[in-house]
Amino acid sequence: MKEFLPLIMEALQQDFILRGIVVGSLIAISSSFLGIFLVLKKHSMIGDGLAHVSFATVAIALLLNKSPLIISIPLVILSSFLILKLDEKADIHGDAAIGLISSLAIAVGVLISSISKGFNVDLFSYLFGSILVISKMDLILSIILSIIVILIICIFYNSLFAITYDEEFANVLGINSKFINYLISTLTSITVVLGIRIVGTMLISSMIIFPTVTALQVSNSFNSTILISSIVSIISVIMGTFISYIFNLPTGATIVIINGMFFLLFFLIRKLKNNN
Amino acid sequence: MMNNVITVENLNFSFGKNQILKDISFQVEEGDYLGIVGPNGSGKTTLIKILLGLIGPYEGKIIFNDEIGNKNSIGYVPQGAIKRDRLFPATVEEIVATGLLSQKKGMKFYSKEDYRKVENILKKLGIYGLKNRKIGNLSGGQIQRALLARAMVSKPNILFLDEPTSALDPKIREDFYSILKEINREGVTIILISHDILSIKKYVNKILYLNREIIFYGPYDQFKNSKEIAQYFGITSRD
Repeated sequence: MKEFLPLIMEALQQDFILRGIVVGSLIAISSSFLGIFLVLKKHSMIGDGLAHVSFATVAIALLLNKSPLIISIPLVILSSFLILKLDEKADIHGDAAIGLISSLAIAVGVLISSISKGFNVDLFSYLFGSILVISKMDLILSIILSIIVILIICIFYNSLFAITYDEEFANVLGINSKFINYLISTLTSITVVLGIRIVGTMLISSMIIFPTVTALQVSNSFNSTILISSIVSIISVIMGTFISYIFNLPTGATIVIINGMFFLLFFLIRKLKNNN
Repeated sequence: MMNNVITVENLNFSFGKNQILKDISFQVEEGDYLGIVGPNGSGKTTLIKILLGLIGPYEGKIIFNDEIGNKNSIGYVPQGAIKRDRLFPATVEEIVATGLLSQKKGMKFYSKEDYRKVENILKKLGIYGLKNRKIGNLSGGQIQRALLARAMVSKPNILFLDEPTSALDPKIREDFYSILKEINREGVTIILISHDILSIKKYVNKILYLNREIIFYGPYDQFKNSKEIAQYFGITSRD
């Protein structure tokens, strides 16, 4: 451990590391806050689908030489609404609707990257994430948007909980479940687009799913699940960032591996608890 | 004279070309304990979902007496609620508190008073000790009591229950019906769907026998003496 301390101190001197930790931690909190609703409503894969869509929107942004964040957020939100509409109106079930939109988006992304030369390296950094690409502007936008996502979830927390546990009962209470479902889609879209900077389009859904599933192994209440998943997710981001710096590993993949290790640990704790 | 809490007039409902409910008319009076019975696919659940505003559109009229039973004073225990995901991470208190959300305007946050209401209903239904237990770790009977607490925490005037005892053993089922009878004695109008006419007959004061249209509606005494119905359920006059 002693030999790593100077490297950790050195990492802390780097602006991009600090930016990565700040943005990553905020995304960790917002994805944990959203993850519990998505996982328990069995909509986990929407994060994966929207991440694929964001691959196409980043390609479009790079083609137009515009900020990927600004182009991607509205386009990914629109795609999430399209998935909901396909589910509601076209009798195409949620998972199939996600599959349709996400594969179509990947195809669009691949086509754009093949016809336009020169930005494939940038696009690759969005596929697997790179904290090196986080600019100051991205940092400010990410902080503002993450805080908005977290605040909105806090404001609608009780309605979100009621709908997640029993949508029919929530409707009888007068809670507008359609509005809440669109709200979750919007917030997920924003979180996914922010998250692809850190872990990439291929791995962002793991930040939504892993911490919640990990927390579910040991938690008894909804509040504690959110708290545990947020803590696990933040620790994974911080540890992943430092470990990737020290061992020269890709940050996104390292964060996901640490999330996986936490899951394994909590799973074993639950098994031991059950056996006793 | 009793007030009508709900008046249903000439209600018709179809899914595409499939008519589910045909020309349904009845009144529920204040303090009634109405049992809705009928075979599978007879439209029982559809009927109460229409009354609750969960499905539509429909033809006909549904009139709620706003002074007695407006939409804010309805409690509901849905079908199959007991079979929900047992891994769902929520305590009894968290689940029961959601029953208060219909009374919240704007920001739906709970107050200290709300938590007191939750405690009171849990004590009344004999499950206060389960307040901080995970809902999925409870027995079927305990879960159903928790869901009844969720429906009753807002002190509704009308309580709808859709097959609440279908997954419970006979002893627990009887206990549950006794609690419902007590709630009814306190003035709450109850509308209960059940397959099990023999279990509910001693509690309800009216029966609505439905098979897409109303076959019988009236007091249980008349119901059991109705020849066709008695034959269908195998009830003798001694029942």
